[in-house]
Amino acid sequence: MEKKKRSFSALICVAVLLLFVVFLENLSAIFPQVPQVFMPTSPLFTVLKKAAVYSLVAVSMNLLNGFTGLFSLGQAGFMLLGAYTYAILTVPTAMKDQVYYLFEGCAFDFSLVDMFGGIFGSEGAGGAFSMVLGCLVALILAGAVAGFFAYLIGIPVLRLKSDYLAIATLGFAEILRAIFQWQKLGKITNGANMIKGFPTFSSFNITNSSGVEVLRLSTFVPFLISSICITVIVLLINSSYGRAFKSIRDDEVAAEAMGVSLFKHKMLSFVISSFFAGVGGALFAMYVANAQAKAFTSVMTYEILLIVVIGGIGSVSGSVLATFLYVACSEWWLRFLDSEQYIGSFKVPLLRNGFRMVVFSVVIMIIVLFFSQGIMGNHEINLGALIDKITRRSKRSERKQ
Amino acid sequence: MKKIVALAMAVIVTSLTACGAAPAAQGGDAASSTGAAGDTIRIGVFEPSTGDSASGGKKEILGMQYANSETPTVEVGGKTYNVELVMADNGSSADKAPSAASELVGKDVSLVLGSYGSGVSMAGGPKFEEAGLAAIGVTCTNPNVTAGNDYYFRICFLDNFQADVLANFAMDKFSAKKAYCLGENGNEYDQGLVVFFKQVFEAAGGEVITDSFPTNNSDFTSYLNKAKSEGADVIFTPVSIAYAKQIMEQAASLDIGIPFLGSDTLDDNMVLEATKDTNLQLYVSTFYQEGGSEVFDKGIKDYINSNSDAMTANGGNDTISAVTAMGYDAYYVALEAIKAAGSGDKGAIKAAIPGVKYDGVSGSIAFDSIGDAVRDTAYIKTADTATGTWAFEKVQTGSASN
Amino acid sequence: MEYVISVMLSGISVGGQYALIAIGYTLVYGILRLINFAHGDVFMVAGLMGIYFTATLPIGVALPLVIILTVVLGFTIERAAYKPLRSAPRMSVMISAIGVSYLLQNTATYVTGGQPMTYPDLRLLSNTVNVAGTQTKWVVIVTPFLVLILVFALTLLINKTKVGMAMRAVSKDFETSRLMGVRINRVISATFIVGSALAAVGSILFFTNYPAITPTAGAMPGLKAFVAAVFGGIGSIPGAVIGAFLIGICETIIKGLPSSWDVSVFSDAFTFALLIIILIFKPQGLFGEAATDKV
Repeated sequence: MEKKKRSFSALICVAVLLLFVVFLENLSAIFPQVPQVFMPTSPLFTVLKKAAVYSLVAVSMNLLNGFTGLFSLGQAGFMLLGAYTYAILTVPTAMKDQVYYLFEGCAFDFSLVDMFGGIFGSEGAGGAFSMVLGCLVALILAGAVAGFFAYLIGIPVLRLKSDYLAIATLGFAEILRAIFQWQKLGKITNGANMIKGFPTFSSFNITNSSGVEVLRLSTFVPFLISSICITVIVLLINSSYGRAFKSIRDDEVAAEAMGVSLFKHKMLSFVISSFFAGVGGALFAMYVANAQAKAFTSVMTYEILLIVVIGGIGSVSGSVLATFLYVACSEWWLRFLDSEQYIGSFKVPLLRNGFRMVVFSVVIMIIVLFFSQGIMGNHEINLGALIDKITRRSKRSERKQ
Repeated sequence: MKKIVALAMAVIVTSLTACGAAPAAQGGDAASSTGAAGDTIRIGVFEPSTGDSASGGKKEILGMQYANSETPTVEVGGKTYNVELVMADNGSSADKAPSAASELVGKDVSLVLGSYGSGVSMAGGPKFEEAGLAAIGVTCTNPNVTAGNDYYFRICFLDNFQADVLANFAMDKFSAKKAYCLGENGNEYDQGLVVFFKQVFEAAGGEVITDSFPTNNSDFTSYLNKAKSEGADVIFTPVSIAYAKQIMEQAASLDIGIPFLGSDTLDDNMVLEATKDTNLQLYVSTFYQEGGSEVFDKGIKDYINSNSDAMTANGGNDTISAVTAMGYDAYYVALEAIKAAGSGDKGAIKAAIPGVKYDGVSGSIAFDSIGDAVRDTAYIKTADTATGTWAFEKVQTGSASN
Repeated sequence: MEYVISVMLSGISVGGQYALIAIGYTLVYGILRLINFAHGDVFMVAGLMGIYFTATLPIGVALPLVIILTVVLGFTIERAAYKPLRSAPRMSVMISAIGVSYLLQNTATYVTGGQPMTYPDLRLLSNTVNVAGTQTKWVVIVTPFLVLILVFALTLLINKTKVGMAMRAVSKDFETSRLMGVRINRVISATFIVGSALAAVGSILFFTNYPAITPTAGAMPGLKAFVAAVFGGIGSIPGAVIGAFLIGICETIIKGLPSSWDVSVFSDAFTFALLIIILIFKPQGLFGEAATDKV
């Protein structure tokens, strides 16, 4: 009873957050005189979008590394699979020749958005519906492809332990990247060129017939998809499967003795984590408005791993919180370190291009060394309990009156 | 002890974040108060100063900074405005580019110049389009930068034109029958040029061998020896600066004896330095040839020599890179656009750019309907290995189709 | 024929340079069970130091100074970033290693301004020589011999000295050797000192051969050297050296295959595929001891 109530209030919190995002994004339409930061083109929204995407990937990595104890570094590879699947399936057929201009068109003369457009109409509300449906199906397929490859690679690789697993999955991601960049597969992957022209977050802004935006949803969409996916992961973690994962993390031998099938559960965790990494990769493609294998390097995996560590290995809310802090710091707040600054007439020394990343990596090292538990350790922000506290306090004060 | 360290770090981190938030807020406020009616017009500089393309990006910025120091004001409607360059580092990578682009949008710039490298331009392009902000590409040569984006313009020639020029040059100068092309796997710039080169060269009856190396590769001797053993007449290497330098160094020690053709990226001091005192033959197609404008040459050399930061950015000497000249021209094109628009309003500037015509040091610049520069000539220059300078070879126009 | 010789020559020299890095990996892994991701970056920093020092100092002073400072760097990294985490889970130490690697790369970008730097000519090593019709640098010839000499010296160190004995003891059983009075921290420091010194020597050879240094120049050779160490059997020095030569040669052969096959892009992918295959079928590597707790 208590638990049900808590999860219900957590759900409400998420809904409130999503509504708040919509409100924030459309603030400038309601009050045109808002500060620069709230204009739709401000860095705030770019950071929010990127953080929403990365938080899903970070949570999916945490499921594997933090909750199942499998140290995998293949996240960028699975994101790559997701991004390409989404991109190839949703580029409108009319755009294909232009996008694949080096290869005289694409081998897939097919687009999910166009296909649904054929059923529901491609104009007005029907067009919008088929776009949303097409993207949704493509997102799910993006995850499915990543999950399928995870299954294939998981059969041999999951027998390895800790750092050997890490280095094997890292190698797998590098192999994938080389294959996707291969010019011979250009008819499908567009070789070295980026695939672009597919629906991005901005495509979800609702415009009226004269092309004026009436409701901006471009930040809301990644938030919505990420929160749905993260909710699913949280439900999984709290289920009996999740308890099996944690038992494997804590002691493999004991778990096996208790009747937990090691391989089955490891595989399950690996495939599910890769599924969401694939969805995250597709969202990433929507964020940067293109898909290109060059972006999905091991550096990206390291970045996500550092986010997970900063948030606390084994804490979903920690990962989410850390993602927003990490992205905001590296892409926005610390940018001033890259150019000369004056305090009064005093020129601050050392500040020039590249300094931001030095400061940033020093901060990361300090967190890794002195706060090895991360922000949250393995605790969670308990939204339900938080609300309980607030409501109880207000009830008490009511009673007093 | 640990607690004290923790506390100290917490203080430092919060103060850093506070500092970070403060200038951002100030910038925002300042922009909203002065951007519209004040006496400063801001031009965004969207260039890489970290990552793989940092070397080229910095040289391009150098040209803009010099132009800005030469002409720091613009007169619009009888009023003189100061022009301020606002930098944002796109980190040479597509995942950092969108936030760098929105950083510029957030600083309320009137238009944007850049970037060196097409990938980042394509990743940042949608942000500019969304904000209704025009961007003028300086040396991003991929066709897809301007195609499908109304707000992206550029003042340089395109990959297919450049490849066409080089393929024709290879056949004219060396009567080449067989060409070996080497590019980085997964780099759209390299691979695009190789594909176009192959089309032109094969159409003219030549034979082309293509090859790619993996990212972060450093051993090129196998590739160079392969080119030699397969009997190539020329080697075409449209690669980024660090790889080009590596290839030149290794070719020199192998005594390869085959002429090299390079694209605009190879027009760089670092590459030139690698050919000095060797018997390499290197020919590059580029946007500008030193000596094209004596006033500009002298001015920029004085600027570089008088400023140690500029000297470092230029790789430690005062050889002028074509991208610097292009950055310089881009700044003046931006000023022309502002004058034509009659204000610092981004919408008016965007509308004015297609009509801008400007005679720059790199040639005359005008825009076609897609937003690309109308250009029909490229300079070919060769590395003078004895003196370590570039020597002018010829002006090459494309084949009839262009 | 000329072509085959030239491919083999560069394969052997690449292999030799990987070997010098791989020894650092294998020593550290043998003792700490830590994949020292920062090792490749230490190698890159050694290269950068080589550039800055030879610009102002004579070569005779500069090169020893490079080796000494690289050793100091390796030692400092161990003390600052790995020692505090000795009782933490293995994953935390590895993450710390990734953090150090991130820090070194970013600092290098800041210092060099992102420009590719040129490694200086080291007269004798950089001069060219003609071998059976193919021209190459002296360094290519010297590398394998130098590697053999260094490995021989290292084997002596490990088998004949007290420190070496301690190293072997610690890598066999960390806890027991601590109980037996081996000063663990000293032994670990010694390992890092030896590893860094070899990386410094490796950087001199590698960058004389491939003279452009970027901040990420160490990442790829580092990863490949690690694969070599796994391939040869982690913890085994002769294994690491043989593994490195094999990987270097295979890689250059793949690069040298006819371009009509268009497979040269997979030279890196091949290395990783080899790694996965080795891990699955012979996880102890070519010369490693079959220990159940490793994999």
